[in-house]
Amino acid sequence: MTASRDSKKSLRRFLPLAIFVVLVGLLAYGLTLDPRRVPSPLIGKPVPVFELPLLDKPGTLSSSDLRGEISLVNAWASWCVACRSEHEIVTELSRSGLIKVYGLNYKDEAGNAKQWLKRLGNPYFVNAVDRDGRVGIEWGVYGTPESFLIDHNGIIRHKVIGPITPSIVSEELVPLIKQIKSEMS
Amino acid sequence: MKILAALCLWGVIWCNAIAAPVTIYKFDSKENEAIFYKLSDELRCLVCQNQNIAESNSELAQDLKQQIYTMLRDGKSEDEIIEFMVERYGDYVLFDPPFKPLTWLLWLGPLMLFFLALVVGMKAIGGHRSEKTNDAQYSSDDAERLDRLKSELNQSSDKDKV
Repeated sequence: MTASRDSKKSLRRFLPLAIFVVLVGLLAYGLTLDPRRVPSPLIGKPVPVFELPLLDKPGTLSSSDLRGEISLVNAWASWCVACRSEHEIVTELSRSGLIKVYGLNYKDEAGNAKQWLKRLGNPYFVNAVDRDGRVGIEWGVYGTPESFLIDHNGIIRHKVIGPITPSIVSEELVPLIKQIKSEMS
Repeated sequence: MKILAALCLWGVIWCNAIAAPVTIYKFDSKENEAIFYKLSDELRCLVCQNQNIAESNSELAQDLKQQIYTMLRDGKSEDEIIEFMVERYGDYVLFDPPFKPLTWLLWLGPLMLFFLALVVGMKAIGGHRSEKTNDAQYSSDDAERLDRLKSELNQSSDKDKV
């Protein structure tokens, strides 16, 4: 009787410590999360309907063009510093032929954008110009760079927020591209 | 000192530069104006989180305000605009998240914690009380002993008198 009461008492004594440890654990986990990464509700949904003029040639890019092939739509701007840092990887991805890379030139001056591409190289198949950011809103873009992986049916399968890194390519994009390819065949 | 003054001046100029881009929206009806201000108060600016798009001067906030304005002008309702934003930016864009399975913990968590605290508190108080009644039992034993001692004392004092 007294033994069980004692064990109950010691259990009660350790309860605050246990609660504290759980709380610290939760807070520590919270620190590893990035509040800037807002999960996109558009994943699994068809690309938003849009039609935009191209940057470097006459013509337009519309949502129906993003069908039939696996593609990556990369929202970028010449004023965006992080876009500069991912440029090399985007170029590599485009050259690999794994995926067709489209640019969404977001809220940029056409002159600056062209200069940027001339200086650093143009990895994009075509560039759509979203001067006022209205189409960006349709895509749920809230900062650049953001990249959307789109499958052959025009469904958004993945969104990368922030610059694409080599590990994002190898761990997220390439496996997903392979999976989509297996779905296609 | 001169440097300090220059810094202050620079600060004032800089603040003015930031406050400068204020767009004035003109509405065709009072209702639309009310909806506009309500929505820009309720929607989160995703770049400068913890600010709503009414308070924020970031480009995205301005664009979203413009979007709300154009949608209102096109005759869209408040619910339609909220739906538009949630479809693109998720529930996160709302400062007042909807009540659904994913947010049950968010909405009910504080209530659950409150009741948990209530139960723990009641138990703690209850435990304290039962300990007190134990004390009372002891004191009634003590009282008996005290009575006995008193009577003994009386007897002894009677003997002294004699």
